[in-house]
Parts: sequence; structure tokens; C-alpha cells
Amino acid sequence: MSARGRFFVRGLMANQARWRKGLFGTWLNSVVTIATVVLLAAIVPPFVRWAVLDATWVGTAADCKAGTGACWAFIGAKLNFILYAFYPPPLHWRPVLVTLMLGGLLLLTAHPRAWRAATLLLWVLVPIASWLLLAGTVVGPTVPSNQWGGIPITLLVAMVCFSLAIPIAILLALARQSSMGGLRTLAIVFIEVMRGTPMVAILYVAMLILPMMIPGGQLIDKLGRAMILITLFWSAYVAEVVRAGLQAIPAGQYEAARALGLGYWRIMRFVVLPQALRLVIPALVNLAIGFLLATSLLATIGVFDLLNAAKTAAIDPNWLGFYDEAYLVAASIYFAICVIGSRYSLWLEQRLRQPR
Amino acid sequence: MQRGLAWWGPSPAAQLGLILATIGLVWWFGRNTLDTMADAGINPGFAFLSRSANFEIGEAIIPYSSADTYGRAILVGLLNTVRVAVLGCILATLLGVALAVARLSGNLLLGGLVRWYVEIIRNTPLLLQLFFWTALTHAFPPPRQALSLFSSVYLSNRGIFVPGLIVESVPAGASFALVVVALVAAVGLAVLRRTGKVTAAGVIATALTLLVASGAGLLLVGATVRLELPTLSGFNIRGGYSLSPEFAALLIGLTVKFSAAISEIVRAGVESVDRGQWEAARALGLRNGQILRLIILPQALRVITPLITSSFLDLTKDSSLAVAIGYPDLVNIINTTANTTGQALEALAILIGVYLALNLSVSAVMNQYNRRVALRGAGRR
Repeated sequence: MSARGRFFVRGLMANQARWRKGLFGTWLNSVVTIATVVLLAAIVPPFVRWAVLDATWVGTAADCKAGTGACWAFIGAKLNFILYAFYPPPLHWRPVLVTLMLGGLLLLTAHPRAWRAATLLLWVLVPIASWLLLAGTVVGPTVPSNQWGGIPITLLVAMVCFSLAIPIAILLALARQSSMGGLRTLAIVFIEVMRGTPMVAILYVAMLILPMMIPGGQLIDKLGRAMILITLFWSAYVAEVVRAGLQAIPAGQYEAARALGLGYWRIMRFVVLPQALRLVIPALVNLAIGFLLATSLLATIGVFDLLNAAKTAAIDPNWLGFYDEAYLVAASIYFAICVIGSRYSLWLEQRLRQPR
Repeated sequence: MQRGLAWWGPSPAAQLGLILATIGLVWWFGRNTLDTMADAGINPGFAFLSRSANFEIGEAIIPYSSADTYGRAILVGLLNTVRVAVLGCILATLLGVALAVARLSGNLLLGGLVRWYVEIIRNTPLLLQLFFWTALTHAFPPPRQALSLFSSVYLSNRGIFVPGLIVESVPAGASFALVVVALVAAVGLAVLRRTGKVTAAGVIATALTLLVASGAGLLLVGATVRLELPTLSGFNIRGGYSLSPEFAALLIGLTVKFSAAISEIVRAGVESVDRGQWEAARALGLRNGQILRLIILPQALRVITPLITSSFLDLTKDSSLAVAIGYPDLVNIINTTANTTGQALEALAILIGVYLALNLSVSAVMNQYNRRVALRGAGRR
């Protein structure tokens, strides 16, 4: 047997020993293992039967009703609706393009090598281009924003509001650390009120109060109003993360910069913030994942994001009641994005920890 | 004087300008809002709270009818929120600790299963899970064919029925006396415990004795207490406690979602205690239970308490998703109030005020507790 083969066998045996100990190490462990197997046997086979064996893959709602399993034919028929909601079907290339553009921007930004000014410019241009493309301002026909929906809305709201929240959050975090009492108080009140309020309440403020507060506020569409308030809401959460980063910078850094004769803004811009933000990037990625999940709350004010589109697909009179299938598809999409995001966050943490 | 100057910081003029600008902005928003309300013929103010609400509420802890006032309707909503939040916190903690124990048990199969559970729950939106639970609780069979567990819990599309303690014909004076006794006992025991006059076991023993004594006292003054099992009668199920499908879905959803978060917190807390602590304690001859209780938990709680506090607060805030599945919580009632009266500003001000008060009071209580479990001397550094 070759050296490599022996190594492989030894590894396998070590693994086997680990499994034997992990499953049947003590009598209690064996009981737990058997109980878990019984539990799995009660859950997994019925699910597999429902999702695969008894499922209806092609056909009509009547075919599905006749069967006892999942109705994947429904997903086949309504997938476009779940992904793009009420966007006019002949123009579906627009939400597809927007999804690709926004997804591409995320992928590009993921690598630390892309963290430069040009990328920042893209973060301004791509969302604006996405908005114009969805609205059909430049290339007609125009589509009002109450017909937008599905995955492009989920991505657009999450990305635009999060990226706009970051600069506001930095100012808030600086204000909260400021030596000026009034500024500090204002920042603390804003942050604590936002963090103490549920997002649903914030969305209702966007729906009911914002139009009254600004002259002509009724003219801003529902989605725009919601995005303004969501940005402010998220900025309070981001500000707390940024503050943690600011607190991690040793006082010596401030003192050294001041000794060099730098003013407050220069100290912040060239010395403190670059280090503080770098420290909190993984935490910001985790926050962004939470925010992506939170965009589903848009459903409560009648915006057709991914979740609401999936729910609405199942109240189509032709395909009434296939909620489980619709939710499973939507859940898989959210799950995939979030798992990729959290693995990325771990990778980033490792990478940023390496000394340069 | 010195402090006053320090408050103003290095550039008072800029700060004054900023404060004035903020006040001006708020004033401008307020002015516009009042103008819009005047145009719509709505009188600003909280007078609407004493008007008759004219809408029904599906479930209420206190008596309520549509002839009652908006104020009472909002109170009903608040109590519904508190009910689901308190039960949710308790159940999520129990399930979360159980999951953490399963994960820490060292059994690879069970640990892996819990890991998958946590991953799936954490990486899908709460609202989606609530929609799923709502679909599930509404898909239960009608009461006559209700699924029953051990003939004591019934699952039906009218709700979930569980056994309940039914206390009847309590004289009004007795319930008042009970509240007073409970308050006095709680404060007294807390003070005695703080000053070290009683042990933790003493506190529990006293509390149990008082509980038994007040139960006996209730029976003496003529109250009846019985455990009631739900039973099928006619077309519905009667007896015990009934949870509406919406309430059940919300409670299950919040419990499941936050059990995942809490299990991770507890696991992180226990794993934050160095392995050497176990070994040292074992070398001293302590048993496993003693090690956990005396050595590991006091240290783990330092990590766990602040994190679990923010989980509880998040749970309370997330209970507002009730509005999307039709459970009459505070947000739901406020929304109805705002839509029927047009007093959106006042209604939402009440909503935000209540949530702030709930949040601040929970974090005050938990901070107090945290100070007790925190590292001795750390506060005085």
C-alpha cells in the first residue's frame, strides 16, 4: 500500500473512532442517538414522500389537487411571478437585468481588492440605473413603482438603504462620541428611539405620517417613502456597530494624530475611521444579512417584495392554496443568500485578521 | 460651571446652530403635519381616546366590546402584546436552553440536527416563518376531527386547546390581598437576598410556602380551583385554555425563531468558560452538577445575560409582526385606530412611546440583574 493510501486509511479509522465515540460513547449517548434516529425517521420519510415521491412535477392545479404530495407544477407556472411579482411580463428583461446588475455589484464588492473609490462610484451609479431601468424613464414604456416587485425590490431596498445608512451612521456614531453635549444628546435620543421601535411601526410612519410632514409628501411613492424611513431606521443600528469600532481604537492614535497637528476631521478621516471601519466590516456584513431578512416586512405595507410575491402567488384563483410550496421556494432563496453571506463574513474576518 | 462649559465642547457656536436647526426642522415638520390635519378636518389631540371605538377585537384578556373607548381598545392591544411577548420569552428560553444542551451534549447526530435547525431558522425571515405557522394552524382539521395528544391537547382549525387551571368565584378582596402579599413578599425577599440574610434556597422555599398558603387561603374563602381538560362537546371544544390559531402561530413562530438565537447565546456562554475550569473543579472532587451550578454557570451568565436581554427586547419588538397575520396586538389596534380616526400622528406616538417604555423598563431590570452577575469589582474600575 502506498504511503498516501496508508495515510488515508488511518484518517478513516480515526474518523470512525470519533464517530463511534460521538454516537455510542456512553450508554446515555447511545440512548440519545437512538432517540434522534427515531425522531428523524418520523420527520424525514414523510417529508421526502411529500416533496419528491408523491409530488406533482408537471400539470395543472387539478392534477395537484388529485395528488397528495407537493405541487411543483405550481412553482413552474408561477416562478416568474414569485421572482418579479406584478412587473409586466413582456418587460421581464428589466428586473432580470436589475437583479444581475445588483448581484454583480455585490459579488464585485465582496473582494477586498475592489475596495476603492471606483467601486464607491458604482454603488451610486448602479442603484440609480436600476431605478431608472425599472421605472422605464429613459427607455419606455414607464412602469409605476407599485407594479415593481419580487427579488429586484428585495435586493434594491436592502442595498440602497444599507449603503445610504452607512454615512449617516458614521456621523451619528461620531456625534455620540463627541465632546459636545448637545450633539451627543441628539444622537443618543435618535439612536435609542429608533432601536426601541419595531420596524413595522417605522413603516407605518412612512405610510401615514411622512406624507403629512412634508408639503407634497403624498407625491413620493410608497416605496420611496418606505426607503427613506428604513434608511434612517437602519442607520441607528449601523451607528452602534461603528461606535464599537471607534471605541476599539486606542487613545494613543488620537493623541499621536493631534500631536502631528491634524484637526478633528482629518484625524477622523485619515487615522481613526479607516481603522475603526476595517474592524467592524465583518459585523456590518452580519448586520446586512439581518437587514436583508428584514426587508420582508415590506409585505406589511403592501409592497410586493420576494415574500409577499410568494404569498400572493398562492392566492391566484387558478392555483389557490399552495402556500407550502411558495414559502419553501422563497425560504430557499433567502436561505441561500444568507448562508453565502455568513460564510463570506467568516472568510472576511479571517482575511482581515491577517497582519498586512 | 466647569461641567457646563465641558458640555458645550470646543465649538459652542456650531453646536448651537445645529441644535437650532434640529428644532427648526422638527417645528417645520410639526407645522406641516398640523396644516395637513387641519385641511383634512382632523382636530389634533388625544380626545379621540375617550370616543367609542366601534370595532370588535378577536381576543382580549380584559372584557371589551365595540362600545368601549379607543383608549380601552389600545389597552387590550397592549395586553395582547405583553401576553405573547412574556410567554414567548419564557418558551424561547426553555427551548433555547434545551437546544444548547443538545448541541453541547457531544452527541454528533443530535448536535448536527440542532445545527441544521439553527441555520434554517436563523437564515429565513421571521415573517415567512409566521406565514408558514399561520397556514399550518389554519390547516388543522375542524374541532370534531381535531388531532389530540394524550387526550389533553387538541389541535383544530379553531385553535389549540390545552389543559388549564380554572380559578372561580374569588372574592374581590381576596385577589387584592393576594397582589399585596405577592408584592410585599417579592420586595422583602429581594432586599433580604441582597443583604445576604437568606440563601437562594431560602428564597425559593419561602416563595413556595407562600404559594401553597395563598392557594389554601383561596380555598378557605370559598374559591374553587380545578384542572380542566379540554373536551369535545357538540361542534366545538370546551374547557381548559384555548389559543386562537393566530395567537398560536405567533407564539410558535416567536418561540422557534428566538430559541435558535438563544441556544447560540447559551452555547457561546458555556463555551466561553475555559476547559481548565472543568478540570480544576473535577480535581477538587466536585460532581458534574455542582461544577455546572457553582463554577460554570456563574461565569457563563456574565456572557449570556446582556445578549439574552437584547434577544428578549428583539422578541418583544418582533411580536409586532402580529399585524401581518391578524393577531390583535398593539400595532394592529393602533393601525385600525389610525385608519378609522385619521389621528395617525397621535396613534403612532402612543405606539412608539409604549415600545420605548417597554424596552427601557426591560433593559433596566436586566441591567440590574446583569450588575449582580457581572465580575465582582469590574464596575469599580
